[in-house]
Amino acid sequence: MSSLLGRNLRRVFGGLASALIVSGTVVPAQDEAIAFVGARILPVDGPVIENGTLVVRGGKIIAVGPASEVLLPAPSERRDCKGKTIIPGLVDTHSHIGSVSGGDRSGPIQPEVRALDAINPRDPGIQKAQAGGITTVNVMPGSGHLLSGQTIYLKLREPRTIDDLLIAGTDGQPMGGIKMANGTNPQKGPPFPGTRGRAAALMRAQLHRARHYQKKVAAAAGDPAKMPERSLGMEALVEVLEGKRMVHHHTHRQDDILTVLRLQREFGFRVVLHHVSEGWLVAEEIAAAKAPCSVIMIDSPGGKLEAARLSMATGRILDEAGVLVGFHSDDGITDSRLFLRSAALAVRAGMKRDKALAALTSAGAVMLDMADRVGTLTVGKDADLVVLSGDPFAVRTQVLETWVEGQKVFDLADPKDRLLAMGGYNASVDQSLSLCCYGQYGVAGQGVQAAGGAK
Amino acid sequence: MIRFAIHAAFGVAIGSALAAQGGGKSFAVRADIVHTMAGRAIEDGIVIVRDGKITAVGKAATIRLPAGIEQKRAKVLVPGLIDAHATVGLTGHLNIPHDQDQLDSTGPVQPELRAIDAYNAHDPLVNWLRSFGITTVHTGHAPRALVAGQTMVVKTHGRSVEKDVLRPFAMIACTLGDAGRAGRGDTGGKKPGTRAKSAAMLREALLAARAYAKKCDGDDAAPVELRHEAFAAALRREVPLLVTAHRAHDLMTTLRIAKEFELDVVLDGAAEAYLLLDEIKASKCTVLPHPAMARTRGELGNATMELPKLLVDAGIPIALQSGFESYVPKSRVVLFEAGVAVSKGLADERALAALTIGAARLLGVADRIGSLEVGKDADLAWFDGDPFEYTTNCLGVMIDGVEYPGERPLHTGR
Repeated sequence: MSSLLGRNLRRVFGGLASALIVSGTVVPAQDEAIAFVGARILPVDGPVIENGTLVVRGGKIIAVGPASEVLLPAPSERRDCKGKTIIPGLVDTHSHIGSVSGGDRSGPIQPEVRALDAINPRDPGIQKAQAGGITTVNVMPGSGHLLSGQTIYLKLREPRTIDDLLIAGTDGQPMGGIKMANGTNPQKGPPFPGTRGRAAALMRAQLHRARHYQKKVAAAAGDPAKMPERSLGMEALVEVLEGKRMVHHHTHRQDDILTVLRLQREFGFRVVLHHVSEGWLVAEEIAAAKAPCSVIMIDSPGGKLEAARLSMATGRILDEAGVLVGFHSDDGITDSRLFLRSAALAVRAGMKRDKALAALTSAGAVMLDMADRVGTLTVGKDADLVVLSGDPFAVRTQVLETWVEGQKVFDLADPKDRLLAMGGYNASVDQSLSLCCYGQYGVAGQGVQAAGGAK
Repeated sequence: MIRFAIHAAFGVAIGSALAAQGGGKSFAVRADIVHTMAGRAIEDGIVIVRDGKITAVGKAATIRLPAGIEQKRAKVLVPGLIDAHATVGLTGHLNIPHDQDQLDSTGPVQPELRAIDAYNAHDPLVNWLRSFGITTVHTGHAPRALVAGQTMVVKTHGRSVEKDVLRPFAMIACTLGDAGRAGRGDTGGKKPGTRAKSAAMLREALLAARAYAKKCDGDDAAPVELRHEAFAAALRREVPLLVTAHRAHDLMTTLRIAKEFELDVVLDGAAEAYLLLDEIKASKCTVLPHPAMARTRGELGNATMELPKLLVDAGIPIALQSGFESYVPKSRVVLFEAGVAVSKGLADERALAALTIGAARLLGVADRIGSLEVGKDADLAWFDGDPFEYTTNCLGVMIDGVEYPGERPLHTGR
């Protein structure tokens, strides 16, 4: 136990130090603990705690257990959560919030492009995601390229600038993966591939070039004179080859899924398979490759040929085959505010409830290499949590509060937040505007309050 | 008279097709709760059907079952659900040009395009919707043209339009606002480039139809103009205009034109209707609020998931819809949209009414469907729990006495 504590403490301080490097701002240390008392707690790393207490301080979880066993530290703010349910903050492994963009039309493979440089932190999608209980999110460029750029992992703190959202990795750099895609989305006119064979050939050729670059860098052994000419794209791909940067791979059809796994075997990168509409047809192969799957839940099959055999049972079938299963919103394909619903639909199609909740939390944390920080309500992990009015998979359950690192970022009782949660006038404009002038629904004949009331 | 006959002849053909179908087998569904939508829900109730019609509804303890009858058990039994506005059957599941027949872009005003000539009863999405208990859809031409074409009311048997249709010509689909001027004022001057032009073109088309109807009155030899025929039906208030509009000013334009021409209109989408509750209530229009999960982009930027609740609270009649989607999900499931509307404050019984008897009344088919009453069509859906709950399954479906599967284990719509 003591060594575990020590490791967690180092992680806390290590995390703070690197946060300094990335963001320049650090959440002020909270001396006062916050205790969520009397809730039904679903910690994900263990059994349900019916009458539980969760205590957070300094942005971390410092205690969780039955209310009768957890002593409240002094000083602490006591929040009565009787009748409410607390779950870990949700991890959305694939989203397009923040009006993110990636590569342009100039070519099919653009690893030098970073989502980091394209996100508008005042995009209402970010606050809508908070309203859905999402606390950690992988924001990705689209799937219209074989490789559309570097993705960025964000903590949904209250943002002024993108820096406020970044997550520092062990190297102090902002964490993120790389987005690849196959199937029909990246197929178009030259220089994009016209066929699946061409798509795979282009990607393999690029990875061979990256391998060559990697060898040249290694051979230089730190001698600047021997280093190859610097290439931003190659640097990113070397991170992929070295397993430092996870490949997040859009893929729908069963043969496209197998093509990803074939490339993965050849080049040894780490991969999360995304969407996997036909994953249920190749569950054994996916399990054998130990490739985690981030599944999309769409309300009907089709919309395009490769999603025509989409099944609501994909999550269940992959889980039963031994695959690590997560879900994603793909916002705006589905709405971040209804992210719990994705897992609930999987339960509808037979997935075990505990696996479905893990898919929204701990599994996503693994896919984003953040299992040591987020995804479960475990002492030492970030104080990312969601307070619900009831069962996470019940249609009438509301997200009441969302907390990131011990800070409340969403509160349904706050009219500003409620506007984002439900929608309404000015709920979809940049929050730099709407937060100054939200007004509940205008009264008929009177119109909505004019903008301007500073807030 | 000729003009009426065009649709009437089609209706007769359909009626005989249905009568020939059905079978004499009796069938019963017993459920812990039977929502008849004609009076209070029945606890431990049963519905018996024979020859495609409902023959008995009541407490299980009080109804004698015919010997040897097949009986299903469920937690909840409801009338077959009605999607009050969809494009299924016209917007095929593959979403490739040859299965998209919801919108012809050669002209902005084409009320003569009939839904019955465009509906593919065998599209997998028809089966898909049916597997969730949806037995009737109001479907047809989609938004995105000023006047896209006609809609119809059809059951989801998935056989053929002749066999399955209830009302071949239900409404005329129009769109105002940004979507209604898609194409943006082509140089030929055919497509409207602005909101004002859209309204002017719609008014001109209605005026032309009015003049045509006057000219044809008592003159059977007058040449048939299909375009004017359709609008003339609207001017006679035989069919309403289904006007898709989201912004408040576009909704007001809709009401203005409806008043000018004394038309019935159904407001479709209506994202900003919460700004105009008094005006809409005074107009007595029914509103088909956009799907609760509709994407809040563009003209739906001010949309709220609370819209169904806000409309009902204001005393405005509503029915619920799956609407039109250009990408995924290629068809929304109106039951799911209703579930989210319920989660955002719409009362359960109002939601269920909007999916059954309320929609049936709006669509002019309440004599046939929408409630579980003796003599009505045997259209049923039964569930293993609260139908609005995310984790509930539809166990089975019946249309005109024909049983269909509910949600299958693999659940791929095939």
